[in-house]
Amino acid sequence: MKQNWLILGASSAMARAFARRVAENGADVYLAGRDMDDLACLAADCRVRGAETAEALKFDARKPSGFPAIRDRLAMQDGELNVAVFVGSMPAQSAIDDDPALISGTVGDSFTGPAQFLQGFAPLMEDRGGGTIVGVGSVAGDRGRIGNYVYGAAKAGFATYLSGLRNRLTRAGGHVVTVKPGFVDTAMTWGLPGMFLVASPEDVARDIQRAVQKRRNTIYTPFFWRYIMLIITHSPEAIFKKMSI
Amino acid sequence: MRLKIAETSGWGRVLRANGPMARPEKITALRAVLKQSPAPAIGNLRSYGDAALNSAGRTISMTRLDRFIAFDAETGVLNAEAGVTIGEILRVFSPRGWIPAVIPGTGFATLGGAIANDVHGKNHHGAGSFAEHVLGLDLMGTNGRIRRITPNGNPDIFAATMGGLGQTGIIVAAAIQLIPAGSQMMAVRENRVDGIAEFLAMLDQSEASYSVGWIDATAKGGQLGRGILEEAEIGISADAPREKRAKSVPRDAPQFLLSPPVVRLFNHYYLRRVPAEGRRVGRTMQDFFFPLDRIHNWNRLYGKSGFHQFQCVVPQTGGSGALSEMLERIARSRLASPLAVLKRLGDSGPGLMSFPMAGYTLAVDFPNRANAVGLLGELETLTAQAGGRIYLAKDSTARPETIADMYVKRADFARIANAADPERALETDLVRRLRLREEP
Repeated sequence: MKQNWLILGASSAMARAFARRVAENGADVYLAGRDMDDLACLAADCRVRGAETAEALKFDARKPSGFPAIRDRLAMQDGELNVAVFVGSMPAQSAIDDDPALISGTVGDSFTGPAQFLQGFAPLMEDRGGGTIVGVGSVAGDRGRIGNYVYGAAKAGFATYLSGLRNRLTRAGGHVVTVKPGFVDTAMTWGLPGMFLVASPEDVARDIQRAVQKRRNTIYTPFFWRYIMLIITHSPEAIFKKMSI
Repeated sequence: MRLKIAETSGWGRVLRANGPMARPEKITALRAVLKQSPAPAIGNLRSYGDAALNSAGRTISMTRLDRFIAFDAETGVLNAEAGVTIGEILRVFSPRGWIPAVIPGTGFATLGGAIANDVHGKNHHGAGSFAEHVLGLDLMGTNGRIRRITPNGNPDIFAATMGGLGQTGIIVAAAIQLIPAGSQMMAVRENRVDGIAEFLAMLDQSEASYSVGWIDATAKGGQLGRGILEEAEIGISADAPREKRAKSVPRDAPQFLLSPPVVRLFNHYYLRRVPAEGRRVGRTMQDFFFPLDRIHNWNRLYGKSGFHQFQCVVPQTGGSGALSEMLERIARSRLASPLAVLKRLGDSGPGLMSFPMAGYTLAVDFPNRANAVGLLGELETLTAQAGGRIYLAKDSTARPETIADMYVKRADFARIANAADPERALETDLVRRLRLREEP
């Protein structure tokens, strides 16, 4: 069956790597984001790699008025509809401390925006009786930490949303994969202090694609973050609250 | 844009630089970086010395501007951003029957780096250097404006950009001509060679499209210059090779790994891997073109003090004598590593600062021990006396005066580069060390 992949936040390095992989497998790709010039470059790249159709679509997580147009565009396509969500923003915690109004944008980009989009899109997938949604969360969502708890809270909300959506789509033959990357070498983390065990976007994309094929529910990428987070989430609060990791 | 402060080094890890590095993922981000402060563009740091280092300021990593722009399946013309690697081009297009016309020894080299160093491959005697297959390129000035440069439309700036070490502007994208390839496999013929004279004769007589010699640089006397000659053609079978996973060198190796007795022993057995009567083998293109890429970070095998690579080309006339003298000194120094390569090069290409010229090229790696710099100096002198050239992408020790004599079009290059970048914002450590942009 023809595969269609809608990729939200397609300009990010992880999304780029993922779009390329599915394009090389012959899927049609719909690259959604804000920077149309940049998305046009990625669309050309995906076409050269094997996508018959690669289109740039305007998507702004904070402007839900644009969501129906994207859904309607995908509804015109035959075959299986899949969505991968890579949107999110991570202002420095100190910037949020200075200006608490940044919280709504962070939550909008990383949680409520994509959730609202998916909520509108899910019926389309139910109608077709299949398809996969990939939601990229973060290990930061597993436990609130002093360094980035607003971003973490948004990603935690998104992860909970995805788990509910999985519960729903499973009934219709669809599937949801929750992806929790550790540190990935992207523009967002470039030059940040304290990075370790940094994964390449290509490795993360490979893990995601494998998880989609195997219909995994939640993956950590690289895999060892599952164990790191196991320790972090199981640390007693009495101790954890005094730590700054 | 956030900058990463990190120590960078050339592939040989002897020369290092500290400085902020930007890594734009979009063309608009690249423009924003240039607006703040123009700086030299770098690729995947596969040049050995200081060609991609800038201790005087920033660098701009082009590795994330790595998208294909267009491919014409009828003509084999590929347009791509500068950060695409040669290995990626080979991976994506070889199953469709097209490969880069010139493939350097590592697939990690970027398209921009391949142009800026005008790299060559095992088919230089037939195909020429990388520049000869560049149909045009997008060059961004330090003001952020992009100009399309073609060999006919802008001959001066084109010639100065091929092998121009990034000094004429930032190579943002390029159109290159790929060549058809009916297979993803190489049919390789390997023969043992007894000595340098025989080696050169065999290279001269070889009619193979691809040829490369491995030399046992520890051998002396009657065995001087012995080794293995590999000749290859693109195979005929359409079998898709299996993808192999690369291994990695996790940390710096101890010094004794490449000590003289170990290297002699290794070379002894490496030579005898090929039976006396020679053999024919099939290899994947990845294995044939990028034999070392399967071991990530192999440069760590030389330990934390790093290594030098010496690469020269000497003209055919008198080349034999010069190479014998070099090989004798290398063997005597007890510095040789197993990595020593001898190839034939064809005529020079369009680049003003391009390395290749008709003759033989010798490349040898040396661990960075106390006597290495002295030996490199001797080899440099021998190269100059033979009327040859040192490859700037490999160099970390040459003297400006010798280089000026070897690269006779350097003054033209300096004039064009200085006009394109009057603030000299694109200068690298190599360009300053060898005074490549000084005008007479």
